[in-house]
Amino acid sequence: MLELSLEIGLVLISIALILSFYRMIVGPSKPDRILALDTLYVNSIAILVLTGLYLKSAVYFEAALLIAVMGFVGTVALSKYLLRGDIME
Amino acid sequence: MSENLEYLLALLIIIGSVFTLIGSIGLYKLPDFYMRLHGPTKASTLGVGAILIASVIYFTLKQDAISLHEVLITLFLFITAPIGAHLMAKAAIHIATDKVKRTEDYHGEK
Amino acid sequence: MKKLLPHPILTLILWIIWLLLNNTLAMGHIVLGGILAIIIPIMTSSFWPEKVCISHPKILIKYLFVVLWDILIANVIVAKLILSNKDKLQPKFLHIPLDIEDPVAISILANTISLTPGTVSCDLNADRTVLLVHGLHEENPQATIDEIKQRYEAPLKEIFESC
Repeated sequence: MLELSLEIGLVLISIALILSFYRMIVGPSKPDRILALDTLYVNSIAILVLTGLYLKSAVYFEAALLIAVMGFVGTVALSKYLLRGDIME
Repeated sequence: MSENLEYLLALLIIIGSVFTLIGSIGLYKLPDFYMRLHGPTKASTLGVGAILIASVIYFTLKQDAISLHEVLITLFLFITAPIGAHLMAKAAIHIATDKVKRTEDYHGEK
Repeated sequence: MKKLLPHPILTLILWIIWLLLNNTLAMGHIVLGGILAIIIPIMTSSFWPEKVCISHPKILIKYLFVVLWDILIANVIVAKLILSNKDKLQPKFLHIPLDIEDPVAISILANTISLTPGTVSCDLNADRTVLLVHGLHEENPQATIDEIKQRYEAPLKEIFESC
């Protein structure tokens, strides 16, 4: 039961990854690409946690936490770049 | 692990994945940037939250000790998602990203 | 006491995060986390000039539960809107005049708006009096504004501005 639901979940999130990847490639505007990248981060956290559950191992937690932190920093840096033209003064 | 709990975990995982998928469908099909912003910030955040709660329950039972560190990711996502959305919207307004023609402005009263 | 703990709330949060990160309640980590949670706010206190004051913790806790419940409802509503016909959606930019002035209260209000039904906060004007909000599907904008003001802004005003 748990195994089956995990497999379904992995498939659904893979479709979600493909959809956000499509938006990142196609755009059309720069903020769209940043948003798609941000969604990719969130979806990859989900897929890592599901993989951890599927393989019954807790080691994927650190990777998920790092993606959450770095993803947020990346989104903020890219948005700031659009707002001001540079990141650091 | 008892039968009922396994059903609960399976339910949480399916709900989480479906919401994450709906967030990305919103990103894929809605017509302009400001509307696309709604999908990932809400649906995906709750979806990942549900999956992480399933992970907390699973590892707590498996190790016979409370394993709460996944809560940290959930909290972090719930705090950062609106901040990221706000910054992206601000950047989009700054560089005047296109919006759908039917978008209206409404000035609220106190 | 004031010199040792310049920001008691920050100290508590740092301590809890340390224990969660290590996923343990061992005595060593409780002590080490406590030491870090006292030293870090002292070393960074020059970055946090203004003090946060919370006057009614009870209202804050009630507010947190209201927001959590609304997040659940919001997600179902937004999911329905996303799966409905995209040409029937009526997006709107709402300019909401603010009653609150405290910067912490405004940022909490903006985050709450982003997480709850069909609205994302987009911009705050330079003198912090009008918040620009994008609604995914707004048929009655004044009702949405009234609900935000009465459901979220009023308790925040009470929590952050009465001291």
